[in-house]
Amino acid sequence: MSPNGSRNTVLRLNEITKCFGTLRANDCISLEVQRGEVLALLGENGAGKTTLMNILFGHYVADSGSAEVFGKILPPGSPRSALASAIGMVHQHFNLADNLSVIENVMIGTEPLLAVRSKHAEARRRLAELTERFGLLLNADAIVGTLSVGERQRVEILKTLYRKAQILILDEPTAVLTPQETESLFTTLGRLNQEGLSIVFISHKLDEVMRVSDRVVVLRAGQVVAERETGSTTRNELAELMVGREVPQPLRKPQKAGDSVFELREVSVREGSKPLLDGINLIVRESEILGIAGVSGNGQKVLADLGSGLLCPNDGKLRLFGADVTTPRPRNFVRAGVARIPEDRHASGIMTDMAIWENMISERYRDEFSTWGLIRRGKAINETKKIIHDFDVHCEGPMALTGQLSGGNIQKLILGRALALQPKLIVAIQPTRGLDVGAVAYVHNQLLEARRQGVGVLLISEDLDELLALCDRIGVMYQGKLTPTKITESLSIQGIGMLMAGQWQEIGYAV
Amino acid sequence: MRFEARKKIPLLVLLCTPITAVIIALVLCSGLIVASGASVIEAYTLVVKGSLGSMFALSETFARATPLILTGLAAATAFRAKLWNIGMEGQLYAGALITAVLGGGILSVITASWVLIPILMFVGAVAGALLMLGPAWLKVRFNIDEVVVTLLLNFIMLLFVSMMIEGPMRDPLGFGWPQSAPVVDEAVLPKLVARTRLHSGLLIGLGAAVLLWFMNSRATWGYESKAVGINSLASHFAGLPVKWIMLRAGIISGMLAGLAGTCEVIGLKGYMTLDISPGYGYTGIVVAMLGQLHPIGVVVSAVFVAGVFVGADAMGRTLGVPSYIADIVVAVSLLCVLIGMFLAQYRVRR
Repeated sequence: MSPNGSRNTVLRLNEITKCFGTLRANDCISLEVQRGEVLALLGENGAGKTTLMNILFGHYVADSGSAEVFGKILPPGSPRSALASAIGMVHQHFNLADNLSVIENVMIGTEPLLAVRSKHAEARRRLAELTERFGLLLNADAIVGTLSVGERQRVEILKTLYRKAQILILDEPTAVLTPQETESLFTTLGRLNQEGLSIVFISHKLDEVMRVSDRVVVLRAGQVVAERETGSTTRNELAELMVGREVPQPLRKPQKAGDSVFELREVSVREGSKPLLDGINLIVRESEILGIAGVSGNGQKVLADLGSGLLCPNDGKLRLFGADVTTPRPRNFVRAGVARIPEDRHASGIMTDMAIWENMISERYRDEFSTWGLIRRGKAINETKKIIHDFDVHCEGPMALTGQLSGGNIQKLILGRALALQPKLIVAIQPTRGLDVGAVAYVHNQLLEARRQGVGVLLISEDLDELLALCDRIGVMYQGKLTPTKITESLSIQGIGMLMAGQWQEIGYAV
Repeated sequence: MRFEARKKIPLLVLLCTPITAVIIALVLCSGLIVASGASVIEAYTLVVKGSLGSMFALSETFARATPLILTGLAAATAFRAKLWNIGMEGQLYAGALITAVLGGGILSVITASWVLIPILMFVGAVAGALLMLGPAWLKVRFNIDEVVVTLLLNFIMLLFVSMMIEGPMRDPLGFGWPQSAPVVDEAVLPKLVARTRLHSGLLIGLGAAVLLWFMNSRATWGYESKAVGINSLASHFAGLPVKWIMLRAGIISGMLAGLAGTCEVIGLKGYMTLDISPGYGYTGIVVAMLGQLHPIGVVVSAVFVAGVFVGADAMGRTLGVPSYIADIVVAVSLLCVLIGMFLAQYRVRR
């Protein structure tokens, strides 16, 4: 910690400690934020980043330690005084009223509840000034519910600026954004920075931290383990500091692909008259990983549903392990040997209020885990114990409620459930979204191991690095169409980027 | 103020919470008793005596609990799969009506009670199920709100029953009262205690509770209902037949409510009237929620609610306190139990 930076220090945390039961979420954390700098708070899920910021923002009260803003001690446990002292926070999940307009959302809470008349004109003028100054293009009268995720985030940032925030805290701001939206967020952050705002950027994504920050504070298990100037460190060093050990990079050895396990021929899916998928052709073979790239919302979800047996195509043929499928059903797909990893693990992967063992049998309770209509509980619990052990799931045991686990552990359970089937095909969509470095590496290695054992994998992802590292062939989706797949080594990032943006003709594809 | 989910809730807390909540509710309601000019201790003593204090009081409480157990189980079965059946009242009347029709002598070829009674029960259950089949099908097929449909069907059913027993079904020997002809003697359920109103319908209710408990905790059937109720999207993804499971929950729920109607006709009254249920269908919802949708919890809460009503009647007769106080006690108890269970599951933090 630099003792000399007192004049420019806008925010100082002094030895903050916070325990939840026996867990020390924050252990004597001290840090300083200077005026006009971008400080990255780097750490895995559960390292204590969010807890720390919640203490600063008054959502939690620290067991000991204090926070100083512009030299003044912040009263603990009061979001109101945090707001008043020019701290603004943009949460990972937005707090916006969908049915109100942008300007109404920005004004909420800034006026007395029983004000005689609201100062709309004045607010509009200030909002226009702010959008101008920081380049946050938004229509003040647009209803928030109609905005894209990136635009909503801009509304959140505007909200804090409208309240004259000098210190802006962003919690995992890119988790929900597409690559393009991320790009535009970084531009915005640059502008804010130039105007003298201090930014705390909470993330576990190394590349973003390297790009956007001036200084990095690394948290691990509730403690500050390192502090580095971004310019004088490397991605690998940060990764090691964050995880506490070397992170294994996925290593894909060349391997010969076998027979077709999953095949789509001229498949179209329509919703009403709107085409969701348009004449898709693809083949997944044994012992290979086929990647599907694309900006989210271009039909990947529908493709994943087809591969999961949730959807019947309107036109075209769907072949599974060499046989035509006319009436796809999830249960038939599971029985045939398809392991499915859904996009949204909380919404469609698990039942949060059920025990882990109940979730582990949800795909197969009719086959192996019941006789005469009665659940074979003992067998199910044994199987669950095995999955918990094999997949290194951190939990209290098979009887624990699934919803209490972290995202990474839930994903391990879903992987375990899927791979326990001895599958011949894996259909995975966004399998590493929101996971920390360790869990991502784990998922990647599981997929590669499955490939080595002869399983065919259909991997749909928005993470290009992931696709390039894992896949043998890659196709790109745009507006319900799929490019012919190409060998990964023959593709460039720029080329894939153009395909993702729909510029197919420029590279010689027919649209 | 914020709420944090507790990781683990001890069983003792789970058991003590409803009891504590009910005691708090009784304390809250004592204000009303004071306001109506009676002594609280005396009033509650009379409630306890009037509901549990004698063989007669006990028999009345359990007689009143019998239909509540069945409608409570009906609500719990549907609610578990997140199918909001509010139409138990109508389904109860459907079961009662068909029982009165068939029990009135049409099936006179069957003279053996042990054949006739099961037939009537089956038919009553089917009638209840048929009334619930429509709303449940509309729900799974077109996603039409089942709360509205089942609720409105209650009024339709009640008016239909009224039309039938004021018209074609009116008892010719009934001195013009709106009631049906009595069922034949062979159709009447045996009494559990002689010279009381307590009939063997109670055993049917208890049997249904035990069966449902077993199905919920051990069978794929209960597993499916629970999974769909918690997350129908994930259930669909995992390959559960979600629509069929919801439809099935609706059918079973309707059957239990219809059975309640049958038991009231052949157990308690012997004939059909318009006031055969003083809102048992609606009270069943309260019973189910009080019992945390658990079949055994439903039995306990049905006996509690019946006891409060029976006891309050006795208190009203003696002290002149309006027996409507029973409704308030039940309602406040439900609120207290719901709040109590919430506090048991979440820790309040400042």
